[in-house]
Amino acid sequence: MTTTDTKTDIKLIGHLMRRAAFGQPATELEQLSSTKYETLVNNLVDVDKFSRPEEDLLERHNLQHADEESTQWSAGRWMYRMINSDRPLEEKVALMWHGVFATGSGKVANNPMMRVHYEVLRDYGLGNFRDLLVAVAKDPAMIYWLDQQMNHAEAPNENFGRELLELFSMGIGNYTEDDVKECARAFTGWTKSQTIPRYPGGFYPSEFVYNPEDHDNGIKTFLGETGAFNGEDIIDIIVRHPATAKFVATEIYDFFVSDDPNENHIDQLAKAYEECNYVISEVLRFLFNSDFFKESFFEKVKSPAEIVAGTAIQAGRHSNPYEFGLVKLPSKAANMGQQLLNPPTVEGWHTGREWIDSSFLIERINFASEMIGDTEAPKVKMMIDRISRNISQISMTDLLDSCLYELGCIELKETSRVILFQELDVKDVVEINSDSFNSLVAQVLRLIVASREYQFA
Amino acid sequence: MVTEERTKKNSEKKDPVFVVLQLSGGNDFMSTVVPYNDPHYFEFRNTVGIPEEDAIHFTNGYGFHPTMGPMKAFWDEGNMAIFPGTGYPSPNRSHFRSMDIWHTAEPETLSSEGWLGRTIRELDPHKNNVVTGVSFGSGLPRAMYLPGTPAISVSELEGYGLLTSLAGKQQRQAIKAFTRMYAPEEFEEASVVWDHIGQTGIDALTGADMLKTAPPAYTSTIEYGGDALSQSLKGIAQVHLSGIGTRIFYAQLGGFDVHGNQIQMQNQLLDNMSRAVRDFFDDLREHNASEEVIMMIFSEFGRRIKDNGNGTDHGSGGGTFLIGDRVNGGFYEEYPSLAPEDQLEGDMHFKHDFRSIYSTVLEQWLGVNPSPIVNGAFDQFEGVFNK
Repeated sequence: MTTTDTKTDIKLIGHLMRRAAFGQPATELEQLSSTKYETLVNNLVDVDKFSRPEEDLLERHNLQHADEESTQWSAGRWMYRMINSDRPLEEKVALMWHGVFATGSGKVANNPMMRVHYEVLRDYGLGNFRDLLVAVAKDPAMIYWLDQQMNHAEAPNENFGRELLELFSMGIGNYTEDDVKECARAFTGWTKSQTIPRYPGGFYPSEFVYNPEDHDNGIKTFLGETGAFNGEDIIDIIVRHPATAKFVATEIYDFFVSDDPNENHIDQLAKAYEECNYVISEVLRFLFNSDFFKESFFEKVKSPAEIVAGTAIQAGRHSNPYEFGLVKLPSKAANMGQQLLNPPTVEGWHTGREWIDSSFLIERINFASEMIGDTEAPKVKMMIDRISRNISQISMTDLLDSCLYELGCIELKETSRVILFQELDVKDVVEINSDSFNSLVAQVLRLIVASREYQFA
Repeated sequence: MVTEERTKKNSEKKDPVFVVLQLSGGNDFMSTVVPYNDPHYFEFRNTVGIPEEDAIHFTNGYGFHPTMGPMKAFWDEGNMAIFPGTGYPSPNRSHFRSMDIWHTAEPETLSSEGWLGRTIRELDPHKNNVVTGVSFGSGLPRAMYLPGTPAISVSELEGYGLLTSLAGKQQRQAIKAFTRMYAPEEFEEASVVWDHIGQTGIDALTGADMLKTAPPAYTSTIEYGGDALSQSLKGIAQVHLSGIGTRIFYAQLGGFDVHGNQIQMQNQLLDNMSRAVRDFFDDLREHNASEEVIMMIFSEFGRRIKDNGNGTDHGSGGGTFLIGDRVNGGFYEEYPSLAPEDQLEGDMHFKHDFRSIYSTVLEQWLGVNPSPIVNGAFDQFEGVFNK
C-alpha cells in the first residue's frame, strides 16, 4: 500500500463513510483522502451540491415492477439509491427517520402513498425538524397509518396525537393524558383525500386535505400553554420543548454514533439542536466534526439495510441500472429483520443488539459471504487485481491485511486473525499465479464478512 | 414391533411444553369474548359492537367473535380456560412499554431480560439443549432474551442453515473458522453485544443442525393456511414432533391496533388466529402429541371501553386464554363490569395480574419455581390443569 500525500487518515474516512453513507471500498477512500476532513463532512451534509442518481434507465429496465407499483419495488429503488447516490447522507437520514416515523405498507396498502412517505423523509429529513414534523403530519400515508382521517371535531381519535408526543418527539413522561387529548383536538380536520378504488388501473395516490368544518376551534391547553391551537401551533410548542431536543439528539446519537448512549454526548447534540434552530443538517455537521464521533469506530451493530447496501457497494453490485435482481435486495434485508417501508409496529425496529438473533445472523452471514465471495463481482475482481498487481507472491499476513484494507479499512481482532491463518491451512507465502489464488482470496473475503467484527460499523 | 415401541413411548410421561401466541397491537378482548349480559356493552360499543345474533354463543351471556368458530370447539371440549380482565397496576397504554412489561414481567423498572429467557434457564440450567426455546416468525421476542441463555429464532424451517451456498472442503473450513471465531473468549474483556453475537452464532449453528431434521421426518393430513401464523404454528408442530426437546415455543400475530376499521380488521385477524390454532392442535392430536402441550394467547393490552366511532383506542385490561388437552375449560375470573363507576380511566378494570397467569403456568405446568422468574409471589389460579 503506497501512502500518498494524505491530508486525512484513510481509516477515519472509512469510518465517516460507513456512518454518514453506506461505506466505500478502499479505491474510493483513497480518492477522498487528499481532501480535508471538514470538507468531506460538508460534501456529505450539503446535499444540494450533488444531484440524485438518474433513474430513467432503472425504470425502463424494470417496467414490470415499476408498473405494478409494488412496495417491494419502491424498496428496491431505495436500495439502489443507497448504493449509488452521490447524496448518501440523504438516504441515510431517511432510513433513520423511517425507524422513528415508522409507517408501514402492511396497513397503508397503497404504494404511491408509501413512495410519497419515503420522499417526505428524504426531502425534509435534513431540514428543520419543525418542517419535518409538519410534513409528516400532512403525509397521507401517516394520516392513514395512525387513523388521523378519523380524528373528528365531534369524535376525536387520539392515535396520531399520542404517537406524535410519545414516539415522534418528546417521549413518554413529558406530558399528561390530558395533553394527548388536547393534541388530538388540535389536529381534528387534518385528513386526506379518498383514494380512488384500485381497479381499474392500479393504485392511486392520496393528498392532504384540511377540512375546517371538522376542526375543533375551541381553546386547548397543551403543555401549559393555552390558545385556540391548530396542529402547526402544537408542533411549534413541541419543537422548542427541551424534551424534544433530547429526543432528537438521542435518535441521532443512536443512529450515527453508538449503541451505548452517552449522556454527555447526547446533551452536546441537544444543545446543537437548539442553537441551530432545529436544523438537522447542522446538528449532523456538528456531530461528524466532534471528537466523540471520530473515536466511535465499530461501536454500532449494522442494520440489515446497511449490511445489504454496504456489501453490495463493496462487491460493486447493482451499480448500474441494468443489473438483474435489484428487487430481491429488500427481501434479503427483510429476512435479516428489516423490511423497508414496512416496519413491524409504529415504534420501528429494535436496533443494536436486537438486530442479532440466530435467524437474522444466519441471513446476514449467508448474504454477505455469498455476495463478497463471488470473484465475478466487479469490485471483487478489482480487489484481487489491486492486491496482486506487480507481485508474484504474497504472504498470508499481507493478503489478509490487504483484504481488510480493500473492504474500506476494516479490522479483525488478533484472536480472529490467528484463527483465520490456522483454518485457511495454506503456506505462509502463496503464489499469485496459481489457479487457486482467486478462490483463496474469495475464501478470505467470505470469512472476513462472516466474522463478528463485520457485524459492526 | 414399531407400534409396540411407540405405545410404550407414549405411555411415558412427556415433558410439558408451553406455546405462547402473542397478539401484537392490543387485541380488543371485549369483541373477542363479548359480554352480552353487561347492559353497558352496546351503550359503549354502538358502532363497533358485535350484534348479538352474529356472535357465537358458548355460555350464558357470552359469545365469541363471529370468526372464532374453530376455537369454540376448544371450549366445547372443555379445553379452553378464559381469564377476563388481565392487566397490571398503573397500566401503560403505550404498545412499546406495555409489551416490554409483559415480556420482562417487570412493570416498574426498565429491563431487557425476558421472563421466558429466565424460564429456559430454569428448565435447562446447564445449557444442554440450545433448542429448549424456539421462536418462529420475524425476530426473537424480548421475552425469550436473556444474556447467556440460548434461544433460537427461525423465520422458515426449510433451508435453514449457515453458509449453505458453499460445499465440500470450503464449507467445512468456513464453518470451522466460524465456530472458532464466535467461541467465547476467556481472557478478553468483551462487550455484552460482542458476547451476544458470539453466543448467537454458536447456538445458531447447533440449532440449525438440529432443526433441519424436523421437516423431512414430518407428514400430516392437516393442511395449514399459507399465512405467516399458520406457517409458524406448522413449524412448531414439526419441531415438537421431531422430539428434539423444545419446551418453550413462541409465535406472533400482529395488526391488532384497531383505531379504525375495527370490524373489518378483526374479522380478518381473529379468523386467521382461530384457523391456525385449530389446525395446530388437530395436527398434534393426529400425532398423539397434544397432551403435553398448552398454549397461552395474550395481548399487551385491551382497548378503551367506549369506541371512537370506527375503532377503539388503547386501553388497559384485556384477557388471556390457555388452551390444551390438559387444561380444564371455563372462566377463571369474573368478567369485569363495564359500568362507568367500575371502569379504570375509561378502560376495563383489570381483575388479576398477568404474573398470576405466568406463575400458574410456571409452577403448575412447567414445574419450576415462579418467584425468581416473575420477581415475586403472585396468587395462582387453582385447578387449571388436570393431571
